[in-house]
Amino acid sequence: MSSVRILPVGEHALLIELDSGEAAGALHAELLRRRAAGTLPAVREIVPAARTVLLDGVADPPSLATQLTTWDVPPLEPCARETVEIPVRYDGPDLADVAALWGVAEREVAEIHRAAEFRVAFCGFAPGFAYLTGLDERYAVPRRATPRTAVPVGSVALAGPYTGVYPRSSPGGWQLIGTTDAPLWDPHREPAALLAPGTRVRFVPGAAR
Amino acid sequence: MTGRALSVVRAGALTCVQDEGRHGYAHLGVPRSGALDLPASRLANRLVGNAEGAAVLETTVNGCAVRVRCAATVAVTGAACPVTVDGRPAAWGAAVRVPSGAVVEVGPATRGVRSYVAFAGGIVVEPVLGSRSTDLLSGLGPAPLRDGVVVPLGRPAGACPRVDGAPAPGVPGELVLRVRPGPRADWFAPDAPAVLAAGRYRVSPASNRIGLRTEGPALRRAIEGELPSEGMVLGAVQVPPDGLPVVFLADHPTTGGYPVLGVVPERDLAAAAQAAPGTRLRFALTGPR
Repeated sequence: MSSVRILPVGEHALLIELDSGEAAGALHAELLRRRAAGTLPAVREIVPAARTVLLDGVADPPSLATQLTTWDVPPLEPCARETVEIPVRYDGPDLADVAALWGVAEREVAEIHRAAEFRVAFCGFAPGFAYLTGLDERYAVPRRATPRTAVPVGSVALAGPYTGVYPRSSPGGWQLIGTTDAPLWDPHREPAALLAPGTRVRFVPGAAR
Repeated sequence: MTGRALSVVRAGALTCVQDEGRHGYAHLGVPRSGALDLPASRLANRLVGNAEGAAVLETTVNGCAVRVRCAATVAVTGAACPVTVDGRPAAWGAAVRVPSGAVVEVGPATRGVRSYVAFAGGIVVEPVLGSRSTDLLSGLGPAPLRDGVVVPLGRPAGACPRVDGAPAPGVPGELVLRVRPGPRADWFAPDAPAVLAAGRYRVSPASNRIGLRTEGPALRRAIEGELPSEGMVLGAVQVPPDGLPVVFLADHPTTGGYPVLGVVPERDLAAAAQAAPGTRLRFALTGPR
């Protein structure tokens, strides 16, 4: 692999740092392939993030680190697997602010957002909260100056380069552009998260409430 | 409810159900959770003849009281505390036979913070993602106990081992946590490891199941700005902008954007779970791999 740093994390983990989110996604996909094929040593957690993949619960981190450097990791395929469609009503309270930040009309926010192909880069913040990449970098937006104490469940929101969907009501500082009724998180369902890392996503027009 | 159960008479400051936690879901944003003092919860289970990973009660500072609705075998470990059954003193750190209807009182901790109360057969609330643990960060698992709540107990599987009693833990006046540097030691000023190792820290009262917070000298950064979110491990020593290290405990977030200076090994974290606010705290740096 090119441009990879393997950082020590305690006694039983490794943090693999790559030079982009795409490269982290490609390594994550390769790790899952090798785990499914039974060729990866036992790893309790494989946690992708913005530019890294954490491997936790590893019996022999130095040996796995040595192996990793010899891997030939193929790039992510543009749209290899089935795509999850999330129906969205673009009715968020921050739609006008986002339109102003993007320098477009309000209705164009929905058009631009629906045209993009997203991938779940990683989850965090809350169970089933996915950080989706796919918007062009010129559409990155800051967080709200004052976070909301309660963002409603199903809010579709933007922060930095990411789109996120709130799987339950929680405090949050993201810019709210829309709402979905998609069942994002159910710990009694398999899989519990609708949007797991690596999942391809498109946002499509949602039914009016 | 019929059958084997207990009802909560006094929930205490924070009493929750814990087992060995949820493993394998960190990539979905699900914390590990589980008993903070795992050796103590495992010991309590062994004393009553349970598998080590059965669900127990974890108390905080001032114990709890429960009424058993069936004859039960109970053991209390972790923080040392007085134990009574219907007001009469009972053994700490040993299996105690309790008649149906009796009130088991786990008193305030005299040393340590968290006591563990195991019942033969275990606590059998509905598991969520393979664990019965209460996760205070994300709200998975049963809510912390409240007075009057009824908690189901399982059927005892086997006989208790022949043990007279477990030794009460000595809680030293000073908590020493070893720290192995990395992954983001390079984000800190060159003097940060020395400041951490020489610093006279204390356990902050703001500590909880998510993290052991500290009071003491602040660590300076070499690289400012926010780190792109990355995966976090149990025992990570994360340093937020105020420069005061936070040691991640069982309910820690799975990803975070503050740099991690080093990692405390899991075997040191049971002592961290029993360190009361104000306890002197020293970090001992160990060699990187």
